[in-house]
Amino acid sequence: MLVDRSRLSEEDILAALTRVLRDLLLDDSIVLTMTTRRDEVRDWDSLVYISFIVGVESEFGVKFGVAEVESFENVGAIVRRTKALLASS
Amino acid sequence: MMDWLPPHADFRGAVRAALETPTDGSQLNRLAALANHRLSFLEVIQLDRALSRIDAAQSTGIAPIRVALLSSATVDQLIPGIRVAGLRRRMLFDTHIGPYGQYRQEVLDSESGLHRFRPQVVLFALTAREATSGIPVTASASEVDAAIHHAICELRVLWQRAREQLRAVVIQQSFLNVAETLFGNFDRLVPGAPSAVIDRLNMRLAEAAAEDGVLLLDVARAAARDGIDAWFDAPRWLQGKMEIAPAAAPTYGELLARIIAAQRGLSKKCLVLDLDNTLWGGVIGDDGLEGIVLGEGSAAGEAHLALQRYAKQLHRRGVILAVCSKNERAIAESVFRDHPEMHLERSDIAAFVANWNDKAANLQHIAEQLNIGLDSLVFVDDNPAERARIRESLPSVAVPELPNDPAQWVRSLADAGYFEATSFTDEDRIRNAQYAANASRDSLLELSQSVDEFLSGLEMSVTHGPFRPVDLARVTQLINKTNQFNTTTRRYTAPEVSAFASSEQCLTLQFRLADRFGDNGLVSAMVLRIDEQDRSTVDIDTWVMSCRVFGRQLEEEAMNIAVEASRDLGARQLRADFLPTPKNAVVSKLYPSLGFNRAPCDPPVEGGSRWLLNLSDYVARETHIARRSE
Repeated sequence: MLVDRSRLSEEDILAALTRVLRDLLLDDSIVLTMTTRRDEVRDWDSLVYISFIVGVESEFGVKFGVAEVESFENVGAIVRRTKALLASS
Repeated sequence: MMDWLPPHADFRGAVRAALETPTDGSQLNRLAALANHRLSFLEVIQLDRALSRIDAAQSTGIAPIRVALLSSATVDQLIPGIRVAGLRRRMLFDTHIGPYGQYRQEVLDSESGLHRFRPQVVLFALTAREATSGIPVTASASEVDAAIHHAICELRVLWQRAREQLRAVVIQQSFLNVAETLFGNFDRLVPGAPSAVIDRLNMRLAEAAAEDGVLLLDVARAAARDGIDAWFDAPRWLQGKMEIAPAAAPTYGELLARIIAAQRGLSKKCLVLDLDNTLWGGVIGDDGLEGIVLGEGSAAGEAHLALQRYAKQLHRRGVILAVCSKNERAIAESVFRDHPEMHLERSDIAAFVANWNDKAANLQHIAEQLNIGLDSLVFVDDNPAERARIRESLPSVAVPELPNDPAQWVRSLADAGYFEATSFTDEDRIRNAQYAANASRDSLLELSQSVDEFLSGLEMSVTHGPFRPVDLARVTQLINKTNQFNTTTRRYTAPEVSAFASSEQCLTLQFRLADRFGDNGLVSAMVLRIDEQDRSTVDIDTWVMSCRVFGRQLEEEAMNIAVEASRDLGARQLRADFLPTPKNAVVSKLYPSLGFNRAPCDPPVEGGSRWLLNLSDYVARETHIARRSE
């Protein structure tokens, strides 16, 4: 199933990110929005964050820079950066 | 990675469904079945979360194995992969991570968290940075060697402490070579080039590990196979000081679990091969001897030949080979005899089953014939339907998924790591000669009119004595691998076995059995402990015997010897427990058959029984086994 990933909407990417975090924490009650911050989600510690980043990278075939990973202020920032990387790939 | 495991159609649904089922042993079975699928690193983390939510140890009675990781890097990301790889083998791991970078203090300080954890396995997962940071690129070969020698000596002290004070199995991770090239192709010619230093360090590490009986978790080898990018992800090192990439955690865990399983006798023992379109291309019954594709001259023929060559190498290192094929037996055997390109010989195959019956029934027959468990079998078949059927009907048999192209099969089989070893003893080297000799003995049994005549015709002799240093590897292997003739199924590490041999409180006995077909090697071992309160009583703590020599009266002769040795110590009675497992029914009546009487109280284990033998009443059994001095 080939999907043109450069055309994915922010909603699609947010849904995928939500699924990655639900899987990592095995908790389907998690709801992410563009403004969700890490400290608002229970158990989203730094180890889970790194796994999350690696999970998103492998899900979309993108690579974030080290500086970006440290500075994403909320989920929306990750969604927008993913969208930008997909559009330029 | 993990291409030998079949993919799962709906992993997310299945893991959630497993958590909905009642909290009993079946939950663990469901999760273990999921662990035996090809999972991404995210799925491995999910499965590990599910595992931590069920109280598996409580509901199944499986005792967790305590594994400590000591590291100079972050290793938390590896834990899910390790636990899920254990789950794949129905082992539960209780893990402990030493404080970051403080592995020396943890080992040397007997009050440390590591010591309180009482690990059964200690893994040193170190980066090369500490050992190599002081070596300048200008260093000469001898300066590099001196620095490496120093680093390895320091490690050996820690290994020794871990073994002696913690009585743990020690595993050392090889050094991941993350150094970038400095001189290009010329790196290897410069002793002080960072990548050359790490290669040299790994060489010396392996030599030291072999000398000290330390096991190696060879991530350097794995990275050479998968590519360094699969194992080292620079951003993760910079962000979290993770030297092993999170995405490599499933493979890392698999490698570690293999070592721990092998050390506990859970490696596979027998490779069962299909014939048509597996050992050769085509169908012998249809295509005939001239029509099948095998050997030099065609790429496909060479691919099948490569599988035969690999099977032969496994055979030479002690893996048993068997054939399970839908064929006329005479026609199938004729290929081994008459095809000039066949690399495997008929005599390499210990059990040859070719008929039209269901393969599941045939695999059970093979296991019985070889006197090994179904869980010791690996079944290689090109036919996906046969593979699926065996996975479903005999889940304990390992069935590697094979790519369509036979060119990839040897690699798949090797990657699966079914035959992981933790030692390579003289017994392994001659095992298959012994199985072949067993076949001759079996035909003698058919010729003999009675068992008595058969046994006397074998011209058996036994040599015995306490465990000597040279016996320790084999005795440890026997104690950990033997499931059937094993009265208590207590597993002991090499340091523990060594401690028995030197203890004043213990009497150790090893038995070697020879007959006119050859030497069977060291086939039985006993650990006896003198009761500390009542020195007239000696306990049989452990008694194991290889299934190769069942029914040869060695149990009687061994008991004669144990009684004599106990009398020499001044003991008046022997006390022995039978602790049942799913596999040791063969010894459930052993002690009464040797003249023991039931003790007034049994051991506190369900189905277990305690037995006593009064040494003054004991009359030595008559056997057909002569005593021979070493």
